[in-house]
Amino acid sequence: MTATALDTPPAGPGDKPPAGRGAARKRRRTGRGRVRRGALPYLLLLPALLLELLIHLVPMAVGVVMSFKELTQRYIRDWGEAPWAGLDNFRIAVDFDAPVGEALLRSFFITCAFTVLAVGFSWLLGVTAAILMQDAFRGRGLLRAIFLTPYALPVYTAVITWSFMLQRDNGLVNHVIHDQLGLTSQPTFWLIGDNAFVSLVLVSVWRTWPFAFLVLTAALQNIPREVYEASAIDGAGIWQQIRRITLPSLRPVNQVLVLVLFLWTFNDFNVPYILFGKSAPESADIISIHIYQSSFVTWNFGAGSAMSVLLLLFLLVVTAGYLLLTSRGRKAASA
Amino acid sequence: MHSSPTAPPRSFVWTRRIVLTLLTVFAVTPVYVMLSSSLKPLEDVTGSFQWIPSGLTIRPYLDIWDTVPLARYFVNSLIVAGAATACSVVIAVFAAYAVSRYRFRGKRLFTVTVLSTQMFPGILFLLPLFLIFVNIGNTTGIALYGSRGGLILTYMTFTLPFSIWMLVGYLDSIPRDLDEAALVDGCGPLKALFRVVVPAAVPGIVAVAIYSFMTAWGEVLFASVMTNDVTRTLSVGLQGYATQTEVYWNQVMAASLVVSLPIVAGFLLLQRYLVAGLTAGAVK
Repeated sequence: MTATALDTPPAGPGDKPPAGRGAARKRRRTGRGRVRRGALPYLLLLPALLLELLIHLVPMAVGVVMSFKELTQRYIRDWGEAPWAGLDNFRIAVDFDAPVGEALLRSFFITCAFTVLAVGFSWLLGVTAAILMQDAFRGRGLLRAIFLTPYALPVYTAVITWSFMLQRDNGLVNHVIHDQLGLTSQPTFWLIGDNAFVSLVLVSVWRTWPFAFLVLTAALQNIPREVYEASAIDGAGIWQQIRRITLPSLRPVNQVLVLVLFLWTFNDFNVPYILFGKSAPESADIISIHIYQSSFVTWNFGAGSAMSVLLLLFLLVVTAGYLLLTSRGRKAASA
Repeated sequence: MHSSPTAPPRSFVWTRRIVLTLLTVFAVTPVYVMLSSSLKPLEDVTGSFQWIPSGLTIRPYLDIWDTVPLARYFVNSLIVAGAATACSVVIAVFAAYAVSRYRFRGKRLFTVTVLSTQMFPGILFLLPLFLIFVNIGNTTGIALYGSRGGLILTYMTFTLPFSIWMLVGYLDSIPRDLDEAALVDGCGPLKALFRVVVPAAVPGIVAVAIYSFMTAWGEVLFASVMTNDVTRTLSVGLQGYATQTEVYWNQVMAASLVVSLPIVAGFLLLQRYLVAGLTAGAVK
């Protein structure tokens, strides 16, 4: 959703004062003095701007600087003293034949697979539920509350509960699959080994789909009812209405929603960190965990920063490409 | 359906029943596990999982406060999330009002910059921010690292971009005539903002507040690095149960429930505002 303002200028209807009233206003306003009037929007923005600078932009710049430094444990107290490393940190990160680069590349591919699966399923469940619940029926309010609960739960309590459910010996999942249904000959390990990837996708989808559902529910309320009424008079059935009216109307929201879900999922740290602890199993070695670990285990912050910068570049390229593609698609559709 | 006088076909009704039932099971199972396990005696959670507890006990709810200093974490989380939400909402309202109602140089630059910060991986500025906080502490004596203040500053900034963006959308949907009438009546711009615009924007503001509070209450990465034993918040503190020599799952579940309850209750009470705020602001 962050992207609507990126591809369309945020010029609201309020940008041009209506002529007649504007004249009266101008007369009144000139009495207050030009400077103050011109400065007012900036004063209103100032607190937000300062915070963004202190917490987001300056640390970002520092992070980029750090990626060019040999910032090992020796220099951590006095990081200004750390010697420049040039592109060494980056060279190590992208040397895919050496262990560090190889591990980074593998982590990157795992993250891509995880993101595609988690975003895909989350969107699918969200859009299905939103459409099925578009029209009122008995219990819809209650059902909506139930569906939103996973999103409302603090992420750590939800994921801790999942980690309990996924325990090998006393968890619910193995109780159902092994004890009750007898599908496996041995209780499965869900939190270590290759299955950890499946667990991660499962928990992530459980946590994310309600957000897609929430956004799409809100979007559906903006489709005028008359459109449906007119098509019903023309004899369109409900399945046809969904295909011809509902899904196309959701397109603009979907474009932004998928981008946001992609960015959140790709950068997600909380779910794997709480599910697996500080060291994720190889199959679920998501990139943010991977960088966190390579920074804090080896205390080589320069290399960690270089990896973060590469990650940011990748996200920038993907986002820009996505926005370009979707805005072109939109233009083509409206032409 | 779709407000047409005819009832939906059976195929639709049955699809809806089946799909929504499956989704309900998926959504509530962990909640059921949390609730039922929190009332189980210890034997029930160490052996094979049981759907129905062999007996009910409130023992876990009494023990959780001693196993880890849960009350302190709770207060810390309340202070941090509350202060971050309050500050962030006020700042976001100011910024959104400027963006929605004024033309000024750099407006597009501002919105694009602020929004693009949403893309940053948290891990990229975790370390620099940590170093900056430590350095500010060393040079000015203002303790940001390890303090609640530092965490509050961090969280209020995290939620600003999305909050501003959502509020701009909401304010744009409020007719300009409203505040212009107030301006003509001789109100200053700030008075017009607080007397006219803010009351009309309550659903949007509430939606932003919910979002901010939930974000601050649930954040893990920065809380794990930026807090110490005294200022630890729930998101990190709750993991204390797992590092005990033996994990008392019934206590973990009881603590999780206690921590979740206020936020889930608040969210469900206010969720219609969130839908309204999103409808007007975000998905337009």
